[in-house]
This record gives sequence, structure tokens and C-alpha cells, in this order.
Amino acid sequence: MSEYIIKNGHVFDPVQGIKGDKLDIAIKDGKIVDKVGSGAKVIDAKDKTVMAGAVEIHAHVAGPKVNLGRIYRPEDKLFSCTPTKGMERMGSGASIPTTFKTGYEYAKMGFGVAMEAAMPPLFSRHVHEEIRDTPIIDEGAFPVFGNNWFVLEYLKNQEIENTAAYIAWMLNVTKGYAVKVVNPGGTEAWGWGLNCLTVNDPVPYFDITPAEIVKGLMEANEYLGLPHSMHIHPNNLGNPGCYETTLDTMRLAEGIKANNKFGREQVLHLTHSQFHSYKGTNWGDFESGAKEITDYVNKNKNITIDTGNVTLDETTTMTADGPFEHHLTGLNHLKWANCDVELETAAGVVPYIYSPNISVCAIQWAIGLEIPLMMKDPMRCYITTDHPNAGPFTRYPRVYKWLMSEKARKQQIDSFKHKDKVLSQTGIGALDREISLYELAQMTRAGPAKSLGLASMVGGLKPGMDADVAIYNINPDKPVANPDDIEKAFSRCAAFIKSGVQVVSNGEIVSNGHKRTLWVNVKAKENPQVARDIAEKFVKYYSMTQNNYEALGHHFVPNPYAIEVDATN
Amino acid sequence: MTKTITDVICPFCGTLCDDVEVVVSDDGKKLLEVANACVIGTEKFLHSQSADRVTKPRLRQADGSWKDISYDEAADYTAKMLAGAKKPLMYGWSSTNCEAQSVGNEIAEIAKACCDNTAAVCHGTTLIAVQDIGLPTCTLGEVKNRADRVIFWGCNPAHAHPRHMSRYSIFPRGFFTGKGQMSRKLVVVDPRCTDTSKMADVHLQIEQGRDYELLNALRVALKGEWLPDSVAGIPAEKIREVADILKSGRFGIIFFGMGVTQSLSKNHNIDEAIALTKDLNEYTKYSIMPMRGHYNVTGSGEVFAWQFGFPYSVDLTRGFARYNPGDSSSIDLLTRGEVDAMFTIGSDPGAHFPISAVKGIAKVDSVCIDPHLTPTSGVSKLHVPVAFNGVECGGNCYRMDNVPIDCRKVVEPPEGMLTDEQFLVMVRDRLRKLKGAA
Repeated sequence: MSEYIIKNGHVFDPVQGIKGDKLDIAIKDGKIVDKVGSGAKVIDAKDKTVMAGAVEIHAHVAGPKVNLGRIYRPEDKLFSCTPTKGMERMGSGASIPTTFKTGYEYAKMGFGVAMEAAMPPLFSRHVHEEIRDTPIIDEGAFPVFGNNWFVLEYLKNQEIENTAAYIAWMLNVTKGYAVKVVNPGGTEAWGWGLNCLTVNDPVPYFDITPAEIVKGLMEANEYLGLPHSMHIHPNNLGNPGCYETTLDTMRLAEGIKANNKFGREQVLHLTHSQFHSYKGTNWGDFESGAKEITDYVNKNKNITIDTGNVTLDETTTMTADGPFEHHLTGLNHLKWANCDVELETAAGVVPYIYSPNISVCAIQWAIGLEIPLMMKDPMRCYITTDHPNAGPFTRYPRVYKWLMSEKARKQQIDSFKHKDKVLSQTGIGALDREISLYELAQMTRAGPAKSLGLASMVGGLKPGMDADVAIYNINPDKPVANPDDIEKAFSRCAAFIKSGVQVVSNGEIVSNGHKRTLWVNVKAKENPQVARDIAEKFVKYYSMTQNNYEALGHHFVPNPYAIEVDATN
Repeated sequence: MTKTITDVICPFCGTLCDDVEVVVSDDGKKLLEVANACVIGTEKFLHSQSADRVTKPRLRQADGSWKDISYDEAADYTAKMLAGAKKPLMYGWSSTNCEAQSVGNEIAEIAKACCDNTAAVCHGTTLIAVQDIGLPTCTLGEVKNRADRVIFWGCNPAHAHPRHMSRYSIFPRGFFTGKGQMSRKLVVVDPRCTDTSKMADVHLQIEQGRDYELLNALRVALKGEWLPDSVAGIPAEKIREVADILKSGRFGIIFFGMGVTQSLSKNHNIDEAIALTKDLNEYTKYSIMPMRGHYNVTGSGEVFAWQFGFPYSVDLTRGFARYNPGDSSSIDLLTRGEVDAMFTIGSDPGAHFPISAVKGIAKVDSVCIDPHLTPTSGVSKLHVPVAFNGVECGGNCYRMDNVPIDCRKVVEPPEGMLTDEQFLVMVRDRLRKLKGAA
């Protein structure tokens, strides 16, 4: 592998506490090193910003519901097709780009890792086929557990050990990365057209509450010592007043301590918190609950969150929260797709237009920015758009602009049709904080990497870490003349080196890199009861045999990177 | 000694049964017996063993005879044909695995071809309806475990998807359906008396081509509004009775087939069927599912969608993907005479396209990649026989409910025979050189 030396750049690296110092970064054999030989290729980063590759903690980029979105929204391709160009395959789609376009777009913005946020286990092969076809970026996928019949049955009897054994088995056969929970219990209730809107609503037939599911899964997660914590999309998403359910959910983490060897400190990751921070009783008196949510998270160190920023675009919502999508189609009357998955989960897809002329959408935009601006520790709050739910991931540079420039926020607020309502229903007008480049590196690199248990591998520029290095056309010594320059600089990096290979030069793809699939290989104690339960469920209730369930072989995971967890003690 | 291989996936229909057992000879070269599969599936496995199988590529000569050629020569011919064509059509894909489809898409991208699968003459109209209105659906295991109302509309699974009813829809005893068939009410809508309709609790023997009206009438009946005395030949009382049956279920499913997708009104029928499903979700839980035909037509749509953005009838001639069924769909391209090279794989347009379109195939340079002798191989200039996917090689396939299942190789192909994927890789590499692609 070739050697590189990136010279004279302004380096921002929270892992080493470097805040814009002029330093050289050396790369050899895919890793950051102290020094390289004189033959190393020199990349001049004078007057530029150098950061580690960004880490996406939550996006819907591969799998059945993403592809259902592509299939049923030809209109998303209008004006968004890109032709074959050099080594770039052709692409299409704005809110749900094709796999190739997804990989290129992430790389062009300097992302090295992206996590697919919801993998229905029965469809793991589909998820992995799409991941395989997404070039450059390393990806992992979170199988969903919050409505799984095994989990519901074990946790009803507080069988943490059995739940853990089942999780270990599932991560192994689906090549999954973490424990994802979506609308715990509510999606199973959706099998009968029902829902669970609070943490105490019992799940039909299974007679367990969302609170018991969440607590049990957190405990099982720590029992195994997985790299990431339980990653939750709580009940009651998107409804006025839902912040109380969110607080109830987070309170379940009280007293639970992280147990792992990866340096992760949280036991609960609250995803797309913007959608869970609503006060009010209806869409008329709808208001921000960002303060209540961030106050709680600021005080409780065993929780991390991501934002779920609304980008004011036409997009495609998709979630394993089946009942929510049915509710949403009732609100906006756009086409509704749904897929219930036997024994495991469900999913829904509905297009959505976040119009700046609609007060609710503008308030959602403001809440998404309030949360990161109110969070005291940027290492525990990560920027996402819950792609494509609150907006496409390609809009990250615009979100950075809003966060880094009060002027840009003001401009946006002034352009809203219901400006006064946005200011009266949220605290956005009073927030003058501007996120610094160092804080941005915490929120998009070091923070999410630590939360995912990848802190020793990515998210920083310390020698020994993976050589994912992004160089942006921003000179931190000079004040930003126009906030749009921030957006422009982060949209296309000057250079991006992924695992020691330069993949982007002047915003263009120059290599397809060596994409990896990240998964967690748990060695757990043998558990004959769980093995027997699994065999029984396959014989009686699945529509597939157990021997055909596992995603095996080169075709699905051609370049695996297994993170080993030993849970036998 | 023989060997028994279990959990084999049947590569015939969209039901994609994965509990088939196959007995093979000790050396793994002969397939001897098939258990658990339906008659069609059994025949598909056994057919691979037939003595008169074509095992070498054959090129049509000027006098109309066939000449055996090597796979290298066949790949050369195919690559040259695609490189030289202005608007090649690459059609089929439904009876091969996703690995081959993926390589095929690379070829199509380099050749700037039109790509299409058999949805064009089957459930393409369903896809158009889904693009109009969405699709509330579920996996087949949900039907097995929950469904107490099952509707077959314009389809006859007893003959077309023989094990569908026993594995998923009528007979199985699932988690919440412990009484099996006794816990389900079956409604069949079909102008014909079929072996499926004979099992129904209610058979609505509808006037042919009046599906839209009846679907609409059911929506009216759900709301308790006025109906004429009879709609589509069904008395109003009967419609109200069926509406009540549908409404009173806890979990219902509508399966529909070519009887509605390719009869009068086409995609509009499906629009209305999906709207009915959506309406029923106001009262209880309902899903709807197309009865996809080929075992991997669903997979072809999936691979097209994640690589190009559209599920079928994709036109890459401008260097980026466009989609406009009616313009970019195979039959229309062929009947308009726009196609100057025809590449067929894993399907038989010669048997299923209108004769005007088949004549279009016969006029141009053409390749047919298929293990069988078919009407399409008969009109093509080059026939490339390949290993049977799902029998002689594995590979991923998608069931009618979009669930991916990895097919198994159970027996060796005849010596020297290539798989679809292997042959396509040869074509791709040659085409890259000819076109100077990256």
C-alpha cells in the first residue's frame, strides 16, 4: 500500500485534543503512523482543514424498505440521475439514491463509515447485497429486536441470559452490528393494526410493556458487552407531547452501567431525538421540548443521542415503526407502503415534504438545531438527518452551516412564512452558540465512533488508527465571509483517504477503495434452551427453514471485518 | 450410497419453497429423486438430468442449421453484438440468480442497453399501481401466523403456485391460527371455476374484465353506501356479505394474479385493490400481495432498483437510467422496431410476447442464454445453454414477498458447462475491452 503525508493542514482531532494546529499526518499501510519515508506521496493541505473520516451513526441506506422506497418513487429520480463517469457507476435518486450513488456521495463528503439503522433479520441477505454494492464506505447494519417474539417471550419472564444468547445468535447469522429497537412492542401490536404509545401500554397477547422490553434489552446488551449500546427509536414518535414518552424511556437507563472493552460509556443511544422532542397537545399548539430532553441528557452521562435534523426537503420517510407510517399517510395523504415481517418487525414508507411554508415543518427544523446547540457535551450528541426521514444525508453540509453560523440560522428563520410562530414555539431565536470545527469533529467523528465502540479504529487521527482522513477547503484562520462557503466546503472534500487509499481528489472519485462490512461476532455460552426455542420457532412459525436463514458466503459479505466479543465469562 | 440433501430451494415459482429434499448419487453427478416439491418443481429438478440436453453453445448458420461453438466464441459473439448495437435490449433475468443479474447490469451499463424483466408482461402493472398508491404488504409467514381472511383475486394457486396454500395461505397452523384452514375464511374472485375456487367459502364468479367495478363496489359496501342491484354480475347483497366477511377479520390478505394485472384496466385494477386494502386498514389489519410468477422475478426488480433506481423497463441508452413503461418496455421497443440486438436470459419471450414482437427478435442479432430449448432459443442466432440455477449452482433469489433466500447447488452440471454468472463475466470483460470502459 502506498504511503502518504498530508502537510501543513489545520488538524482537528478530538481524540488527541488537537484544535486546529498545523500538523502533518502520515499514512502507511492503511493506518495513521508517526512518520513515513521520503518516498511518500505528499498532499498539500495548506490553508485547509484536516479531520478524520466522518462516521454516520444512523441512516437508512440499504435493505428492503430503502429499496421499496426506490421502487415506488420514480419521481425521486427526476433531475437526480448521474451518468457513468470514469470508474463511477451511474446513479439516481435524491432522497433514496441508488447504492453506488450512496457510496460516492458519502465519500465525497469525507465519510468513512455508515451504519444502516434497521435491518429486518429475515431480510439480512438483502441488506448485505446492497451494502456490498455501496462502494468505498465501511458499513454495518443493526438488526431490530424490539418486537421480536423471542425477545418478548424471554423478557416477559425477565430472562436476560436467554435474551443475550438469542441476540448473540442473531448478530452472528445476520452479520449484524448492534441491538436496534424501534417502537418497542408497538410494531408487534401493529400486526393487529394497533400500537403502543407509552412505555406502559401492554403488547397485545404477549402481555409485556415497552418499558420491560427496553430495560431487558439494555441489560442483555451489557451482559454481552457489545461495542454499541442499545440503539432506540422510542414509542410515540412524531406526536405532539411525545417528549414525555421519550423521558420515560430514557429514565429506564437509570442505574444501568456500561460494560464493555471498547471504551463506550453509554447504555442507551436515543436516535433522531428531534422527532421525540415535541411538546403541545395538537398541531396547533405544537412546540419544542428540546430543552426538557437536552436537560435530561446533559445530566445523565450514560445516554448518547443523535439529532435527526429536518432539512426542509422533499424526502421519503421509512421506519420499522409501522403504525407511525400509517398515521403519517393519514396526515399527508401520500402513498403508503408497509411490510410486516413474521415474528420480527414491520416497516412503513411514506413520502414527505418538509415545506418551509408549513409551521410544523419549520418548528421541526428549529428543534433539530436546538438539540445540538443545547447539548453541553458534543461527544454525546451526533449530527444525523435520520436519512432519509428528516432529509437526505447529502444535506449534512447545510446542517453544519446552520449549526456553525448564527447568521445562516437567522437567514433561514427570516425566510419562514410562519417566522413568529417558530420563534414563539421554540427557543431557536435565543441561541447564539456557533459550533466550532473542533466541536463538529466531536459530533461527526470522535463522538459517534466512541458511541459505536469503534473509538480505537476510526473517528480520530492518532497513530495506529485507520487512515480515514478528510481534507476540506476551509481555512480556520480566516473568518467565514459567507455561511454558504461552509456548506460548499463540506459538500465536496478536497481529498479523502479511506483506509490508506485516496478515494476522492478535488471532489471527484478516484478509487473505489476497499469497502468492508463491519459486524459483531459474539462468542456466547452455549444455551440449549435458546437453541431449542429457535429450532421450534422455525419449524412451527417461520416461512423459511432454519438452515436457510443465515446470510452466508462471499456474495453477501465479501469483505467482512468482525469485531470480536467474548461473552463466555 | 446415495446422499440426501435437505432444505433445498425450488427454483420454479415465486413461492420459492425451501424445504425440498433431493437425493443425489454418491459422486454428486446424478440427481435421482425429489421429495416435498410440487409436480412442477419436481419436473424442474429432474429435467436437468435429461439425456437430450444441449450442453454446448450453438450458432445459427446461413443455411439455418446449428453449429456447436465454444463458450469463448459465444462470449466473443455476444460482446461484439452488444458493442456494435445502438439500442440493445437485455430482457429476462427472472429465472437466474441475483449474482448474474448484477453482472448483467454492469454489461447493460457499458453497452447502454435497455434492460427489462418479465414483469413487463406480468406484474409490471402492479408496480405502476404501487408507484401510484403504495403497497401495504407483509411476509408470507405473517399470513401463516395471523391471517383469518384470505382472498385470491384473479389467480389460481392450486395450479400456478401449488404449495402456496399448504405452506402459507390456507392450511398451515400458525401462531394465532392454530386451527389451520378452520380458522380462515377463503374468498376467491375468478370468472372461472378453478381448483382454488372449489375450496372457497365464497366464490365470486365475476363477469370477465369487471374487476375494477367489483373492487370499487366492495369499497362502497364497506362504507355502507348505496349500491346498484348488481355489479360485475354479483348481486349487491352478496357484495355486502363479502364486505362484512372482510371487515370482521382480525388480519386479512389479498393475493392477486395475472387475472387482474393483465386484463382490462390493468394497473387501475391494482390501484383499486390497494385502495380497498388501505380502506380495510381503517377497520382491521389488511395486506395485499402480488402472486409473482418466476422464482426470481422479484429479485430482478430489487437488483434493478438498488443499482438503477427502477424495478423494470429501464432504458440506459443515454448513459443514465430512465424509466417509462410503454416507451422503454420490451414489447413496445420490439414492435416499434427500435431494437438492433436482442439479449435474452432466464426467460422465454418467444413463447409469451405477441408475434409482432417476436418477429422483431428474429430480425436482429440475438443471443439466448437458457438451459432449455425454447421458442426464444429457436428464433435466436446464438443459443448459450448454461447450468440450471438452483440445481447446478446456487445464488440469491427473492420470494414473492421480497424475502431473499439463497438457492443451493445440489448436483454438478454436465462437464464444461458454465453458469449464467460465469458466462456473463466473460461477456463483461470482453465488452469492457471493446468499449474501452474503466
